[in-house]
Amino acid sequence: MNKIEVQNLTHIFGPRPKRGLKMIKNGQSKNDVLKKTGLTVGINNVNFNIQTNEIFVIMGLSGSGKSTLLRCLNRLINPVEGKVIVNGTDIRSLEKKDLREIRKKEFGMVFQNFGLLPYKTVLENATLGLDAQSLPVEEKLKRAEQSLEKVGLKGWENKYPDELSGGMKQRVGLARALAVDPSILLMDEPFSALDPLIKQEMQELLLDIYDEMNKTIVFITHDLDEALKLGDRIAIMKDGEIVQLGTPEDILTNSKTPYVEDFVKNVNRSVVLTARNIMIKPSALLYESDGLNVARYKMIKNSFTSIFVVDHKRRYKGIVLLEDVYQAIKSGEHDISSLIRQTTKVSPDDTINDIASDLAQSNVPFPVIDSNNYLLGILVKGTILENI
Amino acid sequence: MDIKIGYYMEVFIQFLLDNCKPFFSSISNFIEKFMLGTESVLLVLPPLIFIISLTLLAWFFTNRKISLFTFFSLLLVFGMGLWISFIQTFVLVIVAGFFSLCIGIPIGILCSKSKHTDKILTPTLDFMQTMPPFVYLIPAVMFFGIGQVPAVISTVIFAMPPAIRLTKLGLNQVPKELIEVGNSFGFTPFELLLKIQLPMATPSILAGINQSIMLSLSMVVIASMIGASGLGSNVLNGIQKMEIGVGFEAGLSVVILAIILDRITGNMRFGQKKHSK
Repeated sequence: MNKIEVQNLTHIFGPRPKRGLKMIKNGQSKNDVLKKTGLTVGINNVNFNIQTNEIFVIMGLSGSGKSTLLRCLNRLINPVEGKVIVNGTDIRSLEKKDLREIRKKEFGMVFQNFGLLPYKTVLENATLGLDAQSLPVEEKLKRAEQSLEKVGLKGWENKYPDELSGGMKQRVGLARALAVDPSILLMDEPFSALDPLIKQEMQELLLDIYDEMNKTIVFITHDLDEALKLGDRIAIMKDGEIVQLGTPEDILTNSKTPYVEDFVKNVNRSVVLTARNIMIKPSALLYESDGLNVARYKMIKNSFTSIFVVDHKRRYKGIVLLEDVYQAIKSGEHDISSLIRQTTKVSPDDTINDIASDLAQSNVPFPVIDSNNYLLGILVKGTILENI
Repeated sequence: MDIKIGYYMEVFIQFLLDNCKPFFSSISNFIEKFMLGTESVLLVLPPLIFIISLTLLAWFFTNRKISLFTFFSLLLVFGMGLWISFIQTFVLVIVAGFFSLCIGIPIGILCSKSKHTDKILTPTLDFMQTMPPFVYLIPAVMFFGIGQVPAVISTVIFAMPPAIRLTKLGLNQVPKELIEVGNSFGFTPFELLLKIQLPMATPSILAGINQSIMLSLSMVVIASMIGASGLGSNVLNGIQKMEIGVGFEAGLSVVILAIILDRITGNMRFGQKKHSK
């Protein structure tokens, strides 16, 4: 079911925006409009639906129109043209009074810079949204307290915002939005101002709350990692248009435009990194001519459970396992040639994406071997994780 | 060439006098009663009680240092035998300050809401603030006679601009994001003003209150020229008789009143966190 339907939405900033609208409809670009009229096209003919109880992420760089789009959903910005249908009502057609009613009932909003009142306590801030509703004071306080507890701020009710860390301030922002029990949560880059660890914590908190309560969440971010982590569906915006919309899987696997590809490449390094970039030099190698005791010594000294075997020209021969060596020594053998096994070989141009899952399941490192069968380096699980 | 703006002004004032007499006399009555009431209450109170209550007020709003200053400086005024004049001036300042704020703050709010009002009012305020204050005395006397009432009226006109300006400034400086917060929760414009804009603008509005009261005080001495009783008339006496002692004592009392009012209003934090850090 669609919670929000956005149809042909266009917004242009500046005086007498209709001028720009005509030009856009005639197929002229954003830059043409800016040059000729001085108007800025914020959103250009955007269409999408947001389903009930999904996390819909809108992603884009700054200036891509994502914040403008979010503000059109509850008409903090009144778009120049198009429809925003929330629960079957086009909110562009509403009178001011009805608009306020729908904002009270359906929307809660969380802001990038928290939007807290510095002279009020945490509890008073959390109650702020409820002040628009006609409820008895005790009920308001009760709901604000419950909401603060939900975001983990029990016991902080009487502190002031300047006594809180960034993460906690945003928890207050979140509690304030949740206290009015809206069906839609609009979040405008809520975690962008937080440091990475706190950011992750807040993302998990949001997911917990999402699992627990039935909410439709529209989440704005410029961070692909965050989009992938939170989004059921992701819309990628550029220059006021949605260039791709799909599940995280879609976005990663078939980037539709060079813009999206860049986005994905920048963040998901496993697509671009090859074995050559991340292989390491083995700290010890075994030569064909070495005996069993040498093999045992080299492995134990380096704490290996296996070791690669090469000939004197460093051509790759195979791998020997520590357990095999012990067995052979027990049974009185001297030669390693019978112990050499084969394992998956990797070419230096294979990407991490191709290798990662095989390597993850393997007990031994992978050799990286060029076309002349030379051993260039090895891949171990740890180095892959470090590089992704 | 002879441009007679002064003549037209006279005609205009005469027109008002002829046609709006009942209006002015009702204002005059109202203010007079208001002032007499306040003044008699404060004069009936034993001075010591007044001194102690002002000291407590200073203690509550500010700190111990200021409240101690309040206590001893008021005792000094009492000791100099200027108590009645002091109370008269105090009432004049408080009443004028009160009216300036009652009119100024709403006008400031209006200015921040409407660009057109602002465009008209800004030059008007400039005019009001830079016109030499003596000039207000003439029409004030014509409309309201002599005594405390015209003094209050001209003081209000002189002291109102900072209240308007600083209220407007404070409201305009509220971050846009906070306005969005209010709107996103479905606040009416009035709720937005009450819950978000005014609390955020409070420091600036308090500064406006402080400035208004200070300007009222500076007008008090001038207003004695149209028969306002109080410390101003003592100063005037000193000037007329060339008695430095009388003038100095009255002047000192004005300074004391100024310091007390400035410190108290300058340090007020209504409904705000006391600065503990």
